[in-house]
Amino acid sequence: MKFKGFRRTDGSIGIRNHILVIPTVSCVNRVALDIATKTGAVTFMHPYGCTFDAVENTTTEDTFIGHGCHPNVGAVLVLSLGCETASALRIAEAIKATGKPVEMLVVQKQGGARATRDTGIDTVERLRKQTPSEPQDEGDVSELIIALECGSSDAFSGLTANPAVGEAADVLVGAGGTVVLSEITEMVGAERVLWRRGKNDQIKQDLMKLIKEYEIELSMTTQDDSGVFISPGNIEGGLTTIEEKSLGCIYKAGTQPIVQIVKYGERPTEKGVVIMDTPGFDIASVTGKVAGGAHMVLFTTGKGTPTGSCIAPVLKISSNNETYQAMADDIDLSAGDVLEGTKSLKQVGDEIVKLVMQVANGKQGKSEYFNIQEFAIPNVSVVRKEVMHQKLAEQNDFRFQPS
Amino acid sequence: MKKTAIQIKEIDHVATATAELLPSETVLVTGIGNGTPLQVEERVPRGHKIALRDIAANEQICKYGEVIGVAVADIKGGHWVHIHNCRGAKGRRFDSNPIENGDGYDEV
Repeated sequence: MKFKGFRRTDGSIGIRNHILVIPTVSCVNRVALDIATKTGAVTFMHPYGCTFDAVENTTTEDTFIGHGCHPNVGAVLVLSLGCETASALRIAEAIKATGKPVEMLVVQKQGGARATRDTGIDTVERLRKQTPSEPQDEGDVSELIIALECGSSDAFSGLTANPAVGEAADVLVGAGGTVVLSEITEMVGAERVLWRRGKNDQIKQDLMKLIKEYEIELSMTTQDDSGVFISPGNIEGGLTTIEEKSLGCIYKAGTQPIVQIVKYGERPTEKGVVIMDTPGFDIASVTGKVAGGAHMVLFTTGKGTPTGSCIAPVLKISSNNETYQAMADDIDLSAGDVLEGTKSLKQVGDEIVKLVMQVANGKQGKSEYFNIQEFAIPNVSVVRKEVMHQKLAEQNDFRFQPS
Repeated sequence: MKKTAIQIKEIDHVATATAELLPSETVLVTGIGNGTPLQVEERVPRGHKIALRDIAANEQICKYGEVIGVAVADIKGGHWVHIHNCRGAKGRRFDSNPIENGDGYDEV
């Protein structure tokens, strides 16, 4: 299965040719928004970029770098305030290493927001001239990384949309492609199934350890001992336990062996079914997989959600026809006919594969109508700090003694 | 049109209602259930689970051929299965929850 795309200097192939403006700190979000609005460049709004938490700072930088290096991005404008902890220089240099055009503007040196916007508009136009305007290069499905996501799930997600995406995943992986399953919280309770899927003992054990860590972390931070870290909407929709949600969730990855586990935002090096360490929060999960090079996202939903990514099409597949009709502007395909008994999972799976190839060939996904989209990274430090404080308090640490 | 509930695997104790089920109605269990009729004993909202047979307290409840939780009370066939009578074992802070190559449940 072939498509026409944009071959990059580093050998990767993009299905889009975006000019990406990266605000390296939230203080300059508005300047990035202003430039993007006036030029058609893409960008994202975020609350990060200035923290003394080293882990969070590195995750932030790496996620920006992952977006800049992404094959769907033709050129990058790194937009810095000038005093933030995230290193604009490190970000720009890392993206430059891929060979794509990168420019940097520092608001404090440009004479403020308006002056930076004016220069930024010229910069984006200049960058655009350095990238091809039409897709000219042939790509193969085996070069694609397809992320799998589910959000706002209902009880039908696990019966229709997720297994239909699983059918598509089997076809894509069978053709040599890569699918990335993440949201480790939604693997809690499905360990037995995933264990059987691991390609070798190392992967099996690494995955079990990863899932266990999430389970412990979550059980320590939920408000009570409810054990149900599923959302109120999930429960209302008919999901009873995290086990039930997880078992329905992992259907998305089809039936092929799990060949690699990657860190948050890390690009897979193996082809096949890959697992990425991300939390269950859709936005942080999608952001991580896109940072890890996912060309597009297959996003199943029960109740419907409009969320996207500014550089990768996020295709919505609803579990039922009612949601598809209610949010027709946001949902690309419905698996609801499976519920009505008029289509098989295999038929919907084939429709999904067809959609993937159409979108790879330039067809606009429904989330792609807007050039500014959601972005989030996992809030690792909050959990870590809570545990740290609890531990110090238990040990009667001097820092907790009244002065 | 008859209302349906989808059963996925042979060993499953529950089926998912594709429409709201009301007491005294008969639902057809589709999927692996092949359209077997089942008497509805209490209201089951759309997308929720109906017990396919009697489930004893402390019995493991299966869906997708895997354990999704444990019955906290006796559940009669035709009744609604949800958070009031089915408890998950995962993610509990105070339960011992051993895990070895699996999820801490007994093999099914």
